This record gives sequence, C-alpha cells and structure tokens, in this order.
Amino acid sequence: MSQRQVLQGVISLLRPLLLDVVPTIQQTAALALGRLAYFNDDLAEAVVKEDILPQLVCSLSEQNRFYKKAAAFVLRAVGKHSPQLAQAIVECGALEALVICLEDFDPGVKEGAAWALGYIARHNSELSQAVVDAGAVPLLVLCIQEPEIALKRIAASTLSDISKHSPELAQTVVDAGAIAYLAQMILNPDAKLKCQVLSALSQIAKHSVDLAELVVEAEIFPVVLTCMKDSDEYVKKNGATLIREIAKHSPELSQFIVNAGGVAAVIDCIGSCKGTVRLPGIMMLGYVAAHSENLSMAVIVSKGIPPLCTCLLEEHEDHIKAAAAWALGQIGRHTPEHARAVAETNVLGTLLSMYMDIRSSEDLQLKAKRALKNILQKCTYLPALEPLLHDAPPNIMKHIVGQFSKVLPHDSKARRLFVTSGGLKKVQEIKAEPGSLLQEYINTINNCYPEEVVRYYSPGYSEMLLERVENYQPVL
Amino acid sequence: MAALVRLETRLSRLREEYFLKNRSVDEDRKIVYKAAVKIQSWFRGCRVRAYLRYLNKMAISIQKWWRGYQSRRYFRKMIKIQKRWRGYYVRKYTHNYYALKKYLEAISLNNEIVRNELQEYAEMNEKKKKKKDLEKKEKEKKYKARKMHYLLSTEQIAGIYNSPFRKFPDPMELLLRQSKPLSHRQQQPKSPFTYDLYDWPTCKRPPAFPTGEPLPPIGRQKPQGPFRDAAEVLRQRYKPLEPTLRVAASISSPLEKAREEMKREEWRKCIHDNEFLPFSSYHKNEKYELSIHASEKIGKETYGIKHFREVQPNKWIAGKDFQTVLPSIVLFEKFGKTYSKAGQIV
Repeated sequence: MSQRQVLQGVISLLRPLLLDVVPTIQQTAALALGRLAYFNDDLAEAVVKEDILPQLVCSLSEQNRFYKKAAAFVLRAVGKHSPQLAQAIVECGALEALVICLEDFDPGVKEGAAWALGYIARHNSELSQAVVDAGAVPLLVLCIQEPEIALKRIAASTLSDISKHSPELAQTVVDAGAIAYLAQMILNPDAKLKCQVLSALSQIAKHSVDLAELVVEAEIFPVVLTCMKDSDEYVKKNGATLIREIAKHSPELSQFIVNAGGVAAVIDCIGSCKGTVRLPGIMMLGYVAAHSENLSMAVIVSKGIPPLCTCLLEEHEDHIKAAAAWALGQIGRHTPEHARAVAETNVLGTLLSMYMDIRSSEDLQLKAKRALKNILQKCTYLPALEPLLHDAPPNIMKHIVGQFSKVLPHDSKARRLFVTSGGLKKVQEIKAEPGSLLQEYINTINNCYPEEVVRYYSPGYSEMLLERVENYQPVL
Repeated sequence: MAALVRLETRLSRLREEYFLKNRSVDEDRKIVYKAAVKIQSWFRGCRVRAYLRYLNKMAISIQKWWRGYQSRRYFRKMIKIQKRWRGYYVRKYTHNYYALKKYLEAISLNNEIVRNELQEYAEMNEKKKKKKDLEKKEKEKKYKARKMHYLLSTEQIAGIYNSPFRKFPDPMELLLRQSKPLSHRQQQPKSPFTYDLYDWPTCKRPPAFPTGEPLPPIGRQKPQGPFRDAAEVLRQRYKPLEPTLRVAASISSPLEKAREEMKREEWRKCIHDNEFLPFSSYHKNEKYELSIHASEKIGKETYGIKHFREVQPNKWIAGKDFQTVLPSIVLFEKFGKTYSKAGQIV
C-alpha cells in the first residue's frame, strides 16, 4: 500500500474516535491527528478534505481544556504547511473559536490558541488581516502580560507574524498598546522570549518612520544594547535586526542610535559572531553611514572598518561579503577623509579581487564594483591606489588614473614616489582610445613630467635606443 | 491727298478737341495733384516711421546694455558681501569643524563607556551562569552522597573512600559523614490528580492510567467451591479509583484556586475595617458610627412609594395655599384628570 493509502486509512480510523463518548479517547484521537498532520502535509490536506475541521471547531467551544488544547494543536499542525490549508481553516470558522479560546482561564489553552493563530497569520497578509478582524490582537496583548513564560513567547511570536506583512497590520498591533509591554519584556532573562520580542519589535519598526519612532519612544535604548552582549546568538541577531530597521529610515533616528552608543555595541557584536548572525549588524553600519558624512565619520571613529574588513576576508557566504562590500562603499563615498580611512586598511585590493573573481556571485560582483567606484572617486590616498594600478580592468582603471591625474599636478613628492614605484611605467603601458576620458587623464599625468622621463618610461624605449645605435654613423 | 482732306475735316474739330482736352486736363489736374500729394505723403510717413522704429530699437538696446552693466556692477558688490557672510555662516554653524571634532570625540568616549558597561554586563551574566552550574553540581554531589551513604566507613571496616593507605580521607568520605541518609521510602507514583499543566502544550505525556497491581495474599488455601481466583477478586475489590478526566479536571488553575483561597480567608477573618490604632487617647472623642443595620429604619422605605416630596409644616408662612394671580396653564390643569385612573399615562 502506498503511503497515501496508509494515511487515508489512518484518518478514516481516527475520525470515528473523535466522536467517541469517552472524553479521554476523543482527546487522544485529536492528539494523534495533530501529531500526524504536523509532520506530513499530505495528511494535513487529508484532514481538511475529510471535513474533520468543522467538528474540531465546534468542540473547541464546548469541551474541557484538554480537548481544547488538542484541537488547537491539530489546527496549528494543519495550518503550518501552506497558505491554502490555512485558508481552509479560516473558512470553516476556526478563527472565532480560537479567539474565544484566547480568553480561557487555562494558560495552556491560551498558548495553543495563540500558536495556532500565529501559524495561520504567518503565510500572507490576507490571512493576517483575517486573524486581526477576528479580534485577536487585544487578547494577544493581554496574553503577553500573563506570568507564564511560554505563553509570553508564543504571544510575542504571533504578534510578530501578524505585523510583518504590512504597515496597516503593524499599526493595528501598535494601537492595541503592544509596544510598551514588548519593550518591558526585553529585560527578561529568558533567551527565547527575548528573541521573539526583539523580532516582534523589528517587524513593527521596519515599515515606516512613524512606527520606528514609536518603537524608539518606548525607551528601548540603551536596554537593547545589552541584548547585543547576550550569550545566545539569535538574541544578538534579532537585536541587530531591530537596530537596523530603526536606523535605516532617517538620519535623525540614526543620529539618535549613534548618540546612544549603538554603533559601538553593534561593532562588538559583529566582531564576536560568525556567519549569518553578523549580517544585520553589517547592514546597520551601512545604513547609518549612508545617511550623512558626519554619521559615516562617527562609524569610522568607533572603529567600524576593521571588523568589516575581516568580514570581507573571512566569510564564506557571498551575500555576507556583498553586504560588507556595500557597507564599506557607503562609509567611504562621502569625502576624501572617509575614502582615506577606508583605503588605509588595504581593503581596496580585496574588493578588486572580489570583483574580478569569476566564482563570486553577480550580486557580489556588482556591489564590489560599485563600492570600489564610489570610494575611488573620492580617494586621494595614493599609496593605496598604487597596487590597484597593476591589476585593474579598464573601467576601474579609468577612475584610478583619474584620481592620480587630480593629485599629481599639485604634489611634487607624490610625483617622485609615483615614478620610483613604477606607476608611471604602468601608466604608459595602458592603451587607451584617443579622445576617451582615460587618454585625457594619461595626458594630464604625462604633462606633469618632463619629456625625457615620459619617453624613458614609455614601452619600447630601449628598442628605440638600440635602433638608434644601429643606425648611428660613428663620427670618426 | 486723301489724308489732307481728312485732316482738313478734322481741322474744324481740332480747336474744339484741343480746348476740350486742355479743359479736362485742367480739371483733372487738381485731382491728380492731390492724389500724388497723398501718395507721397503716405510714403514719406512710412519711411519716417521706419526710421523712428529703428531709432527706438537702438535706444532700447543701448539702455539695456547700460542698465545691465550697472546692475552687474552692483551685483558684484552684493556678491562680495554675501560671499563673506555665507562663508562665515557655514563655517560657524553648518560645517562647524571644531564642533564636529568635539562631537566625534564625545562619541568615542560614549562608545568606550557603553563598551565597558556591556562588558561588565556580559561578565556578570557569565558569573551568574557559572554560579548556577556550580550550585547544580554541588546539589548533585550531595544527592549522590546521600544515596551512597552506606559507603561510610565504620570503626572496624574502612570504607572505600577512607583507605588506610591514604594520609587523609577522600573528600567524598567527608561528604558522606556530613550527609543524612536517604530513606528507603520510594517516591509516591504521580497520581492523576496532581497534573502538571505545562506538560500539555507539546503533549509529551499521555494521560496516566494507574497500572499498579496489588499483591495476592500469602499462603492462603484456595477456598473450595465455585469461587473466582482470590487475587482477581482482591484486584477488583481494591481497584483504585479511576476518575474520568472530566471529574479530575477542575475548572480553575492552581493559581486561581490559591487566589480564591486567600480571598475566602480574608473574608472570614476580617472583623471590622478600622485597624487598631496605637494611641487610643487621640481617638477618644470620635463619634461612634452605627452600623448599617442599626442606623436605618426597619421595614420598607416609604420614600418613593408613599410620598415624594418632603413636607415641613413648621416652615409654612400662611395656613393656606398660594393664591394664583395669573391664569393657570390650561394644559397643566388637565394633568392627571383627562383620563381615567386606568390609563395613567398622558
């Protein structure tokens, strides 16, 4: 018998047990159904097709708390697999029954109901809207205030799932007064609870400036910074995500975070973690630096660049490297000071190699190229530019040579250094189309030096001299 | 010849013709002259107008150029002032270099402080964790010592931890000496009455059906007759109560039960609301307040049923009712009198 037939057989066996007289049998049957449906989505579909759901929904309102828990578990198990199954649950009127369960005395029942609602609301915004329309949000906010930690966790995760889809839903959650309670719970020592609370706050804050400001007004700084030092990795990640979502909206919010010392905490966090946990922290630094040059200078002063460089070198995942490259580009693109600070760490070579590497993903190449361009356009720190002359492709070479042509006419020491380090030789070897921008830059550079020097370094000079020797008529 | 004849015939008319021609020319001369004058005057007017227009244009362009030059000179002076003002303003307020420097220094200081505090916090957390782990280990050790109390050494027999070849006994020996032995009484099996609620959400434990079997009695002779097996009978007789979950489950959680218990106690114990006050002489002059039962009349309240308004005859001025001067309002006279008593509502 195929697995599907076996499953159908199981359902048809369990179904009459749900209607048994003895309540223990009903509960155990519901529990069995729930467990089966949890791990197998074919079975979940079968549960929906066999019309078991209306029966469960009816009994949700009547039976005692153990049955309610088991029924909520079944609904959760069915609703977790796909939006269509969750839609089927909504259509058979389960939401009202679950919301009534949220008002029950027993915390276990509340937890089961909240969990089921969370799994339903997770899939898309229509389902979330249906959950909100059933009046779940105020009850969830009440659940958060309960003393049981498991209930708080589940309620926080459900609120997070509801508010993540759209600003209107997030506004509904905020209007129910959730932010104050969530902000208080950041201090709780339980790690999983902190994870969920931080995730809920970041889902609320990510939609718009007003919501982010509301979250900030709940006085989460500087308490959130202690989360960045937590021993649990996911707490650190979610904390960094929350700070990132707040920082990305406007310069004022970023300024506020910088003033509260958030940048230092995030930098330490990046330094101490490995892998995808670092990603939100990196992006946060990029967003802060992107807003204005003062903020970018603040990031540099807080020693933000070395961790980003180590990220770029050490990480294996391309998307983290791309994020680090983007963040470095945002830091270095404002003024020559910033570009110098970035270039001094010798990270430009790494960026260039990443851009040239065929194994890196397109996203990484694109971000590395853009970052390199942005930094090069402002970079006047010549010792960092020199090594790039040798490897760069033509489109990057244009910028490098352009920078040289801007700096060399004014600085004699730099000119000397340029010659002795072999830069002039390299520049002569570049072939550029006459009339292009590159050729203009090369001409500007050549005009900084006397003729003989330029001719000396131009390729083929030694051959030319030898030819002259050959053709020379000795003067007797 | 013929021409001459013709000419002679014409000759007679010649004079008339000549005269008439002259006269017509004279008559037309005025008109023609006037027409010529008109045409010429119009043409001269055109020329002059064109010339004036040209002059006007020239004048305008010169003036234009001159005025532009003037204002540009003025503008250059303006620019000098604005240049200096804007430079000053930007340097002082917008891109204030020194303020920026101070700000960045302040930020690095603040960052240092934040980093230190966070470091302290992390260390504190770690210490707490270590302490918890240590305590747990200690607890485990003590429990083990209690369980293995029989390994304690006696006067005659040295225990394993107190080997005679050692200089001093093992620390485990000392622990054993300190610990109280664990009793043989086994832990009660968990009855279904004391359900722990929080196991249920992940439904780890199924409902526990009691499965203990009572032992059969020792050495009893099997009674003669169609009796069932004694062990079976005893099993049935002493089968423990298996209440259904519906019975076993109470509606309220333990927290609720405790709260209700507390409330009941309070209600029971509370005699009166005034707390005992220490300095009794201060409160001697307080008037004693009657309780509700003593201060009210017995029986049904008559106000609202028998009478509405208070009537105080000692305050009345005259013995009779007020005399009406103005005619009363007809509608109000009808009040209560229009309909019969049965339909009271007006």
